[in-house]
Amino acid sequence: MEPKRDPAQSAGVEPAQAAEQGAATRREFLATTLKLSGGAVVFLMGAGVAADGAGRAGDAKGEAYNWEEHLYAYLVDTSKCIGCGSCVRACKAENQVPDGFYRTWIERYVVGMEDTHVDSPEGGLNGFPPIQVGFVTTKSFFVPKICNHCRKTPCTQVCPVGASYRTKDGAILVDGDRCIGCGYCVQACPYGSRFLHPATHTASKCTWCYHRITKGLKPACVTVCPTGTRQFGDLKDENDPVRLAIEHDRVSILQGHLLTEPQCYYLELDKEVR
Amino acid sequence: MPEISGFAFPNDVHVTWSLMIVMYPYITGFVAGSFIVTSLYHLFGRQEFKPVARLAMATSFAFLLIASLPLQLHLGQPQRGPSVMITPHFTSAMAGFGILYSFYLVILVLEVWFVWRQEIIERAKRSRGAVRAFYAVLALGTYDQSPEAIEIDHRAIKILAGIGLPAACMLHGYVGFIFGAIKANPWWSTPLMPVIFLLSAAVSGIALLVVLYQVFARLGRRPVEAGAMSALARWLWFFLILTITLELLELIVMAYERSESWLIISELISTRLEFSYVTLQMIVGGLIPIILLAVVVLMNRYLHEKVRNTLSTVAAVLCLMQVFSMRWNIVIGGQLLSKSLRGLRSPYEPEMFGREGVLMAIALMIAPFVILWAFDRILGIEEAEPEGGEGSPAPGGAAEGVRAA
Repeated sequence: MEPKRDPAQSAGVEPAQAAEQGAATRREFLATTLKLSGGAVVFLMGAGVAADGAGRAGDAKGEAYNWEEHLYAYLVDTSKCIGCGSCVRACKAENQVPDGFYRTWIERYVVGMEDTHVDSPEGGLNGFPPIQVGFVTTKSFFVPKICNHCRKTPCTQVCPVGASYRTKDGAILVDGDRCIGCGYCVQACPYGSRFLHPATHTASKCTWCYHRITKGLKPACVTVCPTGTRQFGDLKDENDPVRLAIEHDRVSILQGHLLTEPQCYYLELDKEVR
Repeated sequence: MPEISGFAFPNDVHVTWSLMIVMYPYITGFVAGSFIVTSLYHLFGRQEFKPVARLAMATSFAFLLIASLPLQLHLGQPQRGPSVMITPHFTSAMAGFGILYSFYLVILVLEVWFVWRQEIIERAKRSRGAVRAFYAVLALGTYDQSPEAIEIDHRAIKILAGIGLPAACMLHGYVGFIFGAIKANPWWSTPLMPVIFLLSAAVSGIALLVVLYQVFARLGRRPVEAGAMSALARWLWFFLILTITLELLELIVMAYERSESWLIISELISTRLEFSYVTLQMIVGGLIPIILLAVVVLMNRYLHEKVRNTLSTVAAVLCLMQVFSMRWNIVIGGQLLSKSLRGLRSPYEPEMFGREGVLMAIALMIAPFVILWAFDRILGIEEAEPEGGEGSPAPGGAAEGVRAA
């Protein structure tokens, strides 16, 4: 069944709501300033930024957004990740993720011909300390993980009250006012992307920062990524770099055999990654 | 924080489904298992189960009344629990619970009413005042005890048992389905799961009746009927063999296929679940009672009654433990293994107090017996009047015995 919820309202149930409203006011202020100062700012900051800002200004009022006009996807180029953990910290700050739980995390793979070592100390929140392994290492890399926002996702399938749902623009969200906290979706997610929030006792997960993307912004993790490892795009935009990469490059998905149709695509994914 | 061996996804270190979710299938197992026993008499006409048929039905009823409690206690937002029934999301296996549970409850309440209708009428006639009014309400105002009415009762019981048996099997097979249909978890995801759950429900139900029957007989100072005990032992043996076989088959297939998850599952069994799976579920709760029951069944005529009853009871108690450890190993074991298939978390220790604690679990296990006692006080579990000239106890005998205890 298609959810019949107002996307703005859906975003509103996220814990980040309060903080976001403050940010929105700030953004509105900036947007107005941009409009008022006009050409001077364009001259100073470059046309690209101004165009981006104008787009935001339109969406910031919450009137222009139509979820049928978008279909989002996420792209991770694992060859670029340096394991700095900025994304994990940004996510935690943006969404008030409780300690010990993760909406996104980074895994470190240290691989040799004999053995493989994988770790993710505190989800990579504080970066990665140096490590000694007992075998000859031949390659090593980081893999950022996030909810895959699967098209055929088992987590919304198993929700007994329909509190977990997929929006028309492709995000998997949880309605915190409907969730009964049974934890079935946590069990059903093959990627370990969900958890029961220790304070609200309801399911919680990555929302692709739905409160941001519906205002034309990128998710926090994408915004702060210093290497461009994490990218977020719109499949309904033919010139979107993420769409172009998924269309033309060799992309992988995680646990494809489970046929959940993840919407988080990977470049340069190693066989060791599950 | 729990210790992790290997690598677990960072969110995979929490045991989301706690002790209450272990109790839930354990309790519904008794519901289904004892209903199977009562159906063997009411539906399939196995006369040897007559002495335990009523006890079995009352047991099923008592456990059913609390079957939804562990789920309710487990919910993060218990006040929203009813929305599973009011606004179910039908693609969810869990949404079926409300429907199956209420359906079975209706069938069982109706069947209990028909089976105990004579007692209700008798008691209504015997008593006066408020008590009489109470039984009159229970009798729904009809005092018809004519042979035709009794014949209709019998037919209704048969039809209700005919609907109730599949309903009970669905109610419990469905619990297995909740786990078996989770493709994310290789320790759960097998079509065998509902079947294993159903068979082990039969084991736990029959085993409980072996024990309960003797306790009730002793409390009511009635003889334990040899026929009923041998029949219970025989069926317990049969269902235990089937259960253990399927439980082993599931593992053997996984091991032989060298499935991608076998590496981590073999580690799970040989480290974290070594005691609860290998020792309790397979050896102490599986192999030993199979041997004990084999002695009871195969050497029945050489055994003194006391020896047979003792052997059966010991086997039954071990079976009860086997089924509990099986529930534990599935529910908790499945959460010790990370979906990364690279790591295990340290064993889960339930809290003592609190909503999902050990004390609550003990209270949940005691509650059905309190209900059973109340049932006996109100309706009398055993028949008040002998049917077919058997040596039945005096009216209220069992009740007095329980009171004395």
